[in-house]
Amino acid sequence: MRHIISILLENEAGALSRVAGLFSARGYNIESLTVAATDDPTLSRMTLVTRGSDDIIEQIVKQLNKLVDVVKLQDLTEGAHIERELMLVKVKAVDVAREEVKRLVDIFRGRIIDVTDSTYTLELTGTVEKLDAFVKALEVTEIKEVVRSGVTGIARGERALTI
Amino acid sequence: MELTGAEIVMRCLRDEGVEYIFGYPGGAALHIYDALYQQDAVKHILVRHEQGAAHAADGYARATGRPGVVLVTSGPGITNAVTGIATAYMDSIPMVVISGQVPTHLIGDDAFQEVDAVGITRPCVKHNFLVKDVADLATTMKKAFYVASSGRPGPVLVDIPKDVTAQKAEYIYPSSVSMRSYAPVAKGHPKQIKRAVDLLLAAERPIIYTGGGIVLSEAEDELRELVGYLGHPCTNTLMGLGSYPADNELFVGMLGMHGTYEANMAMHECDVMLAIGARFDDRITGDLAKFAPYARIIHVDVDPSSIGKNVKVEVPIVGDAKSVIRDLMKEIERRGQKPDPAKLEKWWKQINEWRSLDCFSYDRTAEVIKPQFVIEQLYKLTGGDAFVTSDVGQHQMWAAQFYRFNKIRRWINSGGLGTMGFGLPAAMGVQLAYPDATVACITGEASIIMCIQELSTCKQYDLPIKIINLNNRYMGMVRQWQEFFYDRRYSHSYMDALPDFVALAESFGHVGMAIEKPGDVQSALREGLERKDRLVFMDFITDQTENVYPMIAAGKGHHEMHLSPDADDTPQERELA
Repeated sequence: MRHIISILLENEAGALSRVAGLFSARGYNIESLTVAATDDPTLSRMTLVTRGSDDIIEQIVKQLNKLVDVVKLQDLTEGAHIERELMLVKVKAVDVAREEVKRLVDIFRGRIIDVTDSTYTLELTGTVEKLDAFVKALEVTEIKEVVRSGVTGIARGERALTI
Repeated sequence: MELTGAEIVMRCLRDEGVEYIFGYPGGAALHIYDALYQQDAVKHILVRHEQGAAHAADGYARATGRPGVVLVTSGPGITNAVTGIATAYMDSIPMVVISGQVPTHLIGDDAFQEVDAVGITRPCVKHNFLVKDVADLATTMKKAFYVASSGRPGPVLVDIPKDVTAQKAEYIYPSSVSMRSYAPVAKGHPKQIKRAVDLLLAAERPIIYTGGGIVLSEAEDELRELVGYLGHPCTNTLMGLGSYPADNELFVGMLGMHGTYEANMAMHECDVMLAIGARFDDRITGDLAKFAPYARIIHVDVDPSSIGKNVKVEVPIVGDAKSVIRDLMKEIERRGQKPDPAKLEKWWKQINEWRSLDCFSYDRTAEVIKPQFVIEQLYKLTGGDAFVTSDVGQHQMWAAQFYRFNKIRRWINSGGLGTMGFGLPAAMGVQLAYPDATVACITGEASIIMCIQELSTCKQYDLPIKIINLNNRYMGMVRQWQEFFYDRRYSHSYMDALPDFVALAESFGHVGMAIEKPGDVQSALREGLERKDRLVFMDFITDQTENVYPMIAAGKGHHEMHLSPDADDTPQERELA
């Protein structure tokens, strides 16, 4: 099962490598990982996407909690939640593709954020599936570069991860 | 008053009540060593290799319960200590390691004796710190001691760049610290305590299986009361030996790969298992698929991640062993019930049948010295009251089997990491903590060589350790596995070109003895033990081919033990794999 784990951790040098080191040392897989400081500059928030059986996820959560730099965490996939990933794509935009790509961007509700004679740079936000679908749709032209941020997420409703 | 970082380090150690630190100086630690020189509250023990410092601090911690403290320099100083830190980590031993680091402005420059100490130690410490501002130093030291000794204990590293040890700051040592990201749970959940008691009182074939957690929590009195009240059999892991008195009838011995037949069979056949402060390690469980097939398991551990890691648990209780056992007892007393004596009697009858097999028996008529005999005699002559450290291998297992521990903190060995070379430096820490006690280091000729340089430290500080060297001219456990599983291809398990241990000990200024005949064992031990003021190196030339029995081979279950040819009337098949 795919799980999205949100972690509040001390915003200190080395905190990230403790988490990354834990995953490599214990052989857990990381599908994606994003991290940045929160509104409280002493705290970072990390969103980690991993896969594993219930037993493995239970161990991952326990092992993460055991790290002294981890303040609090939440498995977003345990409840209703919203997940988003940001993608920037640079594509070749000449001839018919110039119009076709623009149409696709509208359909997917993305934006063209940079234009040259021969390229578009596109921005799209959404779930992993939506981004995957967009990349597939872009086969109408040549993709030069894809940059994905990894998933971030937040619980729906009252549920919040704060200290 | 403003103090330098180096002075702050020493003041923190003093205010933390640290008696001894174990270390070795070097460039990045020189300011600290200078501050050390100018005070006399904390005594420094100069080892001969940083691995020895970490093991000695570890031995001190295991014997006293107080955190062991290590001081090393940057680069090779800290890398040499890593084996000792990892050893402490695997056995959850409280330890604070202070390492010098190159000056802040050189970090990352590949400076002389620079190594990323925080990075290298990260997987084998409970936590670590790099102190970049002298103003944070005292609080960081307090945090280090707090994290190292609370919850599930473990080593904590404080890496201090040299310039930080020269800078000045106001010294205030906090009396306590709280950390929002670290709050170990002590008290077990009341609902789970009730569920556990339901199971314990209704059990027909119970077993209480306890580990190093009882020692760390010093819950031996509580455990004795609980086991005594319930009348259940109790088994200890290698790390837990001494937490239930070996002389007690309810004790069925150590369990696991080289545990007793009765303990392992009881584990296999039990219907209710109460595990306290033990972590279902692979050397305990054997093949997990065959482990305790009928058991409903209650698992008490202060570390939530230990619970459910290897084995499915019906009643998980996160909490400190002492507190949880007290709560279990309270709940049992509140109910005023006892287990059904008829059912227990039937279970004990079965256990005593297993016991009658006498699984530790060995050939007592041999003309060569049997290693088991040496330990048996040591046990008798010390009245079972010595501190015993060990290295790793056959001698370690025989020590665990034949020295019957009745108290906690008497048996000091590297269980988790299995570090050869641990025994002698660990014994130094124990002897410093208890200068008048008998401290025996049971070792083998392969292990002792690994930290032999510490004989020099023992001389410098007059540590009268008794080294019991079971010298079989083999890495015995490696040889045993090669005999059983590799068609006797003894690949590099032979210790060629050994030193003359008597001359070696004497060259370090100690007493050396060589013992070659079974008839001389007792008198030699007596003579050695009587030399209370001297380190005595007793080199026992033992049977080269003796094996440790019983044995659960890899991939086997508790009920598939391989027994000694001397234990049973029916000759056992020697092929195991």
